Amino acid sequence: MDEITQVVRDYVVREYIEEGDDRQITETTPLISGGIVDSFSMVSLKRFLERKYHIQIPDACATPDAFDTVKSIVELVRRFQNAPAASICPP
Amino acid sequence: MPRASCLNYEEVTANFTWSIAEKELHYKPGEPINIGWMCSDRICQMGNERKLALIWENFQGEHRQYTFDDLRLLSNTIAQFVCDLGIKPRERVCLFMDRIPELYIGFLGILKTGAVAQPLFSAFGDESLLVRLKDAGTAAIFTQKKHVHKIRKIRDQLPDLRHIIVVDAGDSPLQEREIAFHMDEARRVEDFVVFPTFAESPSVLHYTSGTTGQPKGAQHVHYSIISQYLTSKWVLDLQPNDIYWCNADPGWVTGTSYGIIGPWSNGATQVVLDSGFNAESWYHFIEKQRVTVWYSAPTAIRLLMKEGKEIVRRHDLSSLRHLASVGEPLNPEAVIWSQEAYGRPFHDTFWQTETGCIVITNLPGMPIKAGSMGKPFPGITATVLDLTTFEPINQTGIAGLIALRPGWPSQIRGYWNNEAGFNAKFKNGWYLCGDRASIDADGYYWFMGRDDDVINTGGHLVGPFEIESALLEHPAVHESAAVAKPDPVNMEVVKAFVTLKPGYTPSDELELEIMNRIRKKLSPLAMPQEIEFVDSLPKTRSGKIVRRVLRCKEFHEPVGDLSTIMDD
Repeated sequence: MDEITQVVRDYVVREYIEEGDDRQITETTPLISGGIVDSFSMVSLKRFLERKYHIQIPDACATPDAFDTVKSIVELVRRFQNAPAASICPP
Repeated sequence: MPRASCLNYEEVTANFTWSIAEKELHYKPGEPINIGWMCSDRICQMGNERKLALIWENFQGEHRQYTFDDLRLLSNTIAQFVCDLGIKPRERVCLFMDRIPELYIGFLGILKTGAVAQPLFSAFGDESLLVRLKDAGTAAIFTQKKHVHKIRKIRDQLPDLRHIIVVDAGDSPLQEREIAFHMDEARRVEDFVVFPTFAESPSVLHYTSGTTGQPKGAQHVHYSIISQYLTSKWVLDLQPNDIYWCNADPGWVTGTSYGIIGPWSNGATQVVLDSGFNAESWYHFIEKQRVTVWYSAPTAIRLLMKEGKEIVRRHDLSSLRHLASVGEPLNPEAVIWSQEAYGRPFHDTFWQTETGCIVITNLPGMPIKAGSMGKPFPGITATVLDLTTFEPINQTGIAGLIALRPGWPSQIRGYWNNEAGFNAKFKNGWYLCGDRASIDADGYYWFMGRDDDVINTGGHLVGPFEIESALLEHPAVHESAAVAKPDPVNMEVVKAFVTLKPGYTPSDELELEIMNRIRKKLSPLAMPQEIEFVDSLPKTRSGKIVRRVLRCKEFHEPVGDLSTIMDD
């Protein structure tokens, strides 16, 4: 598991998995459709990613699909690390 | 009675009495009436015992289904279990679960015992849970093992809470006051003597937020089924052969009035998808289950709009016959979009926890004015009142307070332990909804906004007081104010203004820490989506924080009279 994946997974487990909840979070566990992260909570997750990786994720790109798994979140982060936001998500 | 789509609004309204529903439900005033029995045993007695009542799926594709006879037997089983625990009629039994079958069937079982069902949203954090369980003096709570730790954190502060029932405990070790109950594995109880509740017997306790103080417990009675049954039939156009999908969680009133009582009292089959939002899986679900009537919310509709029409074309949604929406005003664009995307418009419905049933609506067959709330449901006397005199406004197009003449069957009978709060909802013999609207020349109502500081986010009301109290518990926070901020998807979201104690400085890290803290203690809905650190908050000369100033700033509205604001 690479560093970004590890960081994102650890953050999801720490912040969104309740104590005593024995669900395992893998790279492909559905977070949004699985009810672990809802659309309201997604905002704080987005904020964490932006701060941690010094990126700006436009709201148009912060979709439930993009945040549905650790894998898709990591892909999103990598895209924004490698290119300016405007070239990835149209306003 | 003809189908809802064939009703003539003026004719039906002129001749309407609630006895229409009483007769259809074979209820005679003065006789016992019990929602749990009405939604299960009565449907079986009508010859529908083999008909599917509930088809349930979750995001993992797990599937369970239950006939009306299963509903009858399993609600009996839960009722017997509750009685065996020593729960007495009128005691409050909480349902704190995700949207699993035990929640829906447990609701009926609790009501059959004469106890009061108290559903709570499973995403609530321990602080939100504590406030509501403590206020209600809840005697027992049904929950899942994934949520039980929240109750363990607070149970020592809840002396009235005698039983914590875990419906999926499996081999998990249980602690003090906890007991396992597995609905599908329990010995089914064929005969249960339903407690003889009457029209005014308490049935459901839903907590709702206001501007001041902690959330209030809205007390409903068994007679509410009269209006929930008829509005489901006439507004949602529910017919016996419909496959009905209500997106709402029974932790909120839509999820019980129209996610349990309405469809099942009409003998309709309902489908439940226990899953977060995902356009692909939602459309797949409609296609697979052949959903005919869909009751959704503007927030969900706007999320679906963002996904576009191409995804709609990839699915066969031809089963859809009637669409309705609730929770917040449905914007005209959403009505037009749904007509284009689904071939049918969403029909807006307006109501609230306190009304128990839809009160202003676009009835099927009635011309829709996109963006309007519609007209009062027959049997509901509504008006808008002048903001200062509280007298009905007789001119069209003038903003006033939406008000209803009390007396419809599902009106709440009070707030739990809060008589003053309940009495404050009435002026000049009218019940005040807390919203502003105008009425046009055709009698259609047009929503204009809340009349208080309550935040309507994603169709759920969030009280600023509860958020501010939680903010103040953070060691860095000196003062706080929570207000609504406009949002393109959720209509409004929470924004907090915070002053910090000496020694603390604003930072992204602090903002995120506070946001996450509120989310965990209260709920994701209550989490501020933005925190603005300020040097001071606007206050009256007596020191009371004036949220109005902050809210107006967010909405780019004129602030109005500032003469009482303290100069800084």
